[in-house]
Amino acid sequence: MNGAQDLGGMQAFGPVVEEHDEPLFHHPWERRVFALTLAMGASGAWNLDESRSSRESLPPHFYLSAGYYRIWFAAMQALMLEKELISEDELKAGHSLRPAKQLPRLAKAALIPAALAAGSPVTRRATAPAKFVLGQQVRVFRNTPSAHTRVPRYIRGCVGVIDRVHGCHVFADSHARGDGEDPHWLYNVRFEASELWGESAQKSSVHVDCWEPYLEPV
Amino acid sequence: MSEEHSHDHEHSHLDETAIRVRALETLLTEKGYVEPGALDVFIDTYENQVGPRNGAQVVARSWVDMDYKKRLAEDASAAIAEFGFTGRQGEHMVAVFNTPDTHNMVVCTLCSCYPWPVLGLPPAWYKSAPYRSRVVVDPKGVLKEFNVDLPESVEIKVWDSTAEIRYLVVPEQPEGTENFTEEQLVELVNRNSMIGTGLASPATDVEGAGS
Repeated sequence: MNGAQDLGGMQAFGPVVEEHDEPLFHHPWERRVFALTLAMGASGAWNLDESRSSRESLPPHFYLSAGYYRIWFAAMQALMLEKELISEDELKAGHSLRPAKQLPRLAKAALIPAALAAGSPVTRRATAPAKFVLGQQVRVFRNTPSAHTRVPRYIRGCVGVIDRVHGCHVFADSHARGDGEDPHWLYNVRFEASELWGESAQKSSVHVDCWEPYLEPV
Repeated sequence: MSEEHSHDHEHSHLDETAIRVRALETLLTEKGYVEPGALDVFIDTYENQVGPRNGAQVVARSWVDMDYKKRLAEDASAAIAEFGFTGRQGEHMVAVFNTPDTHNMVVCTLCSCYPWPVLGLPPAWYKSAPYRSRVVVDPKGVLKEFNVDLPESVEIKVWDSTAEIRYLVVPEQPEGTENFTEEQLVELVNRNSMIGTGLASPATDVEGAGS
């Protein structure tokens, strides 16, 4: 989706500013939003790709001005309403007005350290051989998906070289749509800066992880 | 609008968010979707227990132990797991090594992907629009803002974390630290050097080391 999350190559945001004390949270409520988001994620109510999809579906003017944890908060509420886990009148009341839905799991305090340490690996067994090999030239399809994708705009249509073959990974685009894990081969593709930005570009390259459906042979 | 007015406006905005967040937490607790004690465990883990000190230990070991460096290059997830640093947002790690000719930088232009088990939660600038928008197109300009000036000949590689692979930059070992202990070297591996917006700190930063 060509949402406000797709920032690579945009201009006029000004300099990168480092904070002196670098607090992880700037308001007490941000801690709660962080924890609520992780707890709801751990409950299996939705997956990480749906979560990202929900954030980037927010109106660009909101996304660019709200601040990080207000984006998380808005996206989490939107997902809960969409999945009918809560309703508008309950949000307004700040209390439960009807029975809860059954979630796959409850994130229990005692089990969280082990669950965090285990994480959620996304590598899967390959069902087909990889289409591309190290060193091969590939082009990123030029298209405009209206839903979640992990192709940043700045590489669309560009030619790069396969730099690493990461294995078969859960495909974010399908996973975010609710179409299951649909694993595909994942590659790291190296793009020369001049290919992405023109001849005046700096001596640099950008390495982007791309699933096989994003790529075609050159 | 006067500055004071705008300040007040900002405050009421935040107060309103605080109230709405509390209301949501109450609602979710009443529904039984979240366990209140669990929220504190999430916060304590990332606020107090996980941080860049973890990554610094990995980097320092790779400087003193060439076998470890090889393992880190071949399978970073496994090599990092030797320290017990595993899990969420670090399931699939790749280490990228700076050399005299190459400098690596990491970004997530699409959101805020970051290797939590080795660096903790990202600083605000890493998640900000200025960094995410510019580092892919103007890495040298961004480095300058972090007071890093590299020779013209150095090639910069920017790693955009678009999938679930998380990248850890292994900075070059500072000059004059060949006789340092691993523990002393850990002190020189600052957070930014593992994102690529900095270099490892100079030898003089270790108390009592060198002369």
